[in-house]
Amino acid sequence: MNFDALIDCFSASACVVTQISSGLIIGMLIFMVASGVTLIFGVLGVVNFAHGALYMLGAYFALTAYWVTDSFTVAVLAGAIGTGLFGVVFERLFISRVYGADVLSQLLVCYAFVLILDDAVKAIWGGDFLSMGMPEAFALPPLMIAGGFVPPFYAFLTAFAVASAIALAALLGLTRFGKIVRAAAVNRQMVGVLGINTSLVYALIFGLGAALAGAAGALAAPVRSATPGMGFDILIESFIVTVIGGMGSIAGAFVGAILIGMIRAFGTVGFPLATEGVTFAMMAVVLLVKPAGLFGKAGR
Amino acid sequence: MTARLELILGAVFAAVLIAIGLSLGDKAVIDVLMRLSIFSLLALSLNILVGYTGLVSFGHAMFFGFGAYVFGLLMQTNAISIPAAAAVTLLATCVWGAVSGALCIRLTEIYFSFLTLAFQMLLYSVIAGWVSLTGGDQGLMGGIPRPPFLGIDLAQPRQLFVLTVIVSVLSALAIRQIVQSPFGYALRMIRDNAERARFLGVPVQRYKLQAFVLSGIFGSLAGILMSLYVSGAYPNFAFWTLSGDAIIMIVLGGITVFLGPVLGAVLFQFLNDYINRITEHHGMVMGVVLLVIVLGLRKGVLDVLDEWRQSRKPRPEAAP
Repeated sequence: MNFDALIDCFSASACVVTQISSGLIIGMLIFMVASGVTLIFGVLGVVNFAHGALYMLGAYFALTAYWVTDSFTVAVLAGAIGTGLFGVVFERLFISRVYGADVLSQLLVCYAFVLILDDAVKAIWGGDFLSMGMPEAFALPPLMIAGGFVPPFYAFLTAFAVASAIALAALLGLTRFGKIVRAAAVNRQMVGVLGINTSLVYALIFGLGAALAGAAGALAAPVRSATPGMGFDILIESFIVTVIGGMGSIAGAFVGAILIGMIRAFGTVGFPLATEGVTFAMMAVVLLVKPAGLFGKAGR
Repeated sequence: MTARLELILGAVFAAVLIAIGLSLGDKAVIDVLMRLSIFSLLALSLNILVGYTGLVSFGHAMFFGFGAYVFGLLMQTNAISIPAAAAVTLLATCVWGAVSGALCIRLTEIYFSFLTLAFQMLLYSVIAGWVSLTGGDQGLMGGIPRPPFLGIDLAQPRQLFVLTVIVSVLSALAIRQIVQSPFGYALRMIRDNAERARFLGVPVQRYKLQAFVLSGIFGSLAGILMSLYVSGAYPNFAFWTLSGDAIIMIVLGGITVFLGPVLGAVLFQFLNDYINRITEHHGMVMGVVLLVIVLGLRKGVLDVLDEWRQSRKPRPEAAP
């Protein structure tokens, strides 16, 4: 514990800006994974335990695309679309078999894929830490905000995640597809009776969630190194975020992710050994006071 | 089966295991039997939650690691005998199980699974991060002293082997008593229909918490035996992959039959060794095996046998 350092940090705007910016990218990456988890749960009623593995796939797809084309745009697209397509196939072939099955079967099918994908990535890309390095487009001098340095990539990552949050909200809230999805979440059979191909809707939603995770993995590639099993920590964090924010709530995932990001960022200054404890304490408080989560609907 | 018959069967089983281990006298045989005893106990303790209460814990290694580390740290003070340290460890497990369990059982279904997993990773990060106490990645340094007590010297591999088998079999009998008691049948009712159980006056949340703590105590005991066996404790005792392994064990053997987890633990060990021998892609093979069991068989080995046995009977028995 070093609260003096924390107080010093809060009294200097430069330190606050730096920590907020690093907290934001931590939070935004978690959000992109968590929003997929919460979307899939909200509509399909399945918690995708393999979602962290999809984040990992996104990072490796992006790395390969970046090495081949040297373009970060292509890398992000490869991460998102590649993982999204994988998600659609995964849903059709495996997840669709355990809808309505017991929790154990759902969990184990996903767990089997965590084992398979981690091992496959190790076999294809090797077990070492791989790093993309900062793409040329972002090799710029850091932005100065109130005396603090913010790398341009951090600003880009945050903007990207916020834009995808808005796009997701608009897709679900304003479009016809969104209406169908929300209806299918309430009563799949009824939607099917109305002549809508709900299998397709389910596959698309799973693919969309997977694409979000893949994009997060691609965006993480320049700032974190890729390694088999890298998806596990972010899976746990995104789960904590969905508990805090409320299961099935995208807005809750957003707020929860920022909270966790800030705790992590300022925690490294003030209480590096206890950040995880503080995160858990916060989750415990939410569970005790408002078990449905900050934005969750009771009885869900 | 009556309790007395089970006790006799358990004693015979333990005697046979010990006789095999000691008469062959081979270190490798004793090692395998010790591991199988310890992992059987771990799987049996997990099945109190998964099979009988319907709570799929994905963080059971938390108790295994907790037991191993608390016990190891207590023994390293050199101020306490082995039974006393074990008793203190189990008491601490009760407290930790009650605190973490009180939060975990507030959630149901897969959220329960994730929360147990999250608690386990909290313990793991404490173990890995608190290097000055736990030795971090290196594990508890310097080994665990095993001073003799009551004429038993656990530094002797043979004596440790006998004790491990006896403790495991006694624990299995105790777990059998628990799940065959009215309390155990109340747990099954909670598993099958929690609302009806509540309606009939079963204090559902309290029973779930008690099941959680009991399961934790036996998991912790398995951890204590493990730390005695390897004379140390390592962070991977509390890592999530061990929780995953424990789940695979009970699913392999079958969750609806009492001895399913034991068979599963044995199958898992041999499968694991076999996969490691034939390929370096352990995860892929194990993942495919898991998919075949979950999507193909949809149940474990003993579940299948039990259904076959019941289908040959004119009248179905009550669920075990």
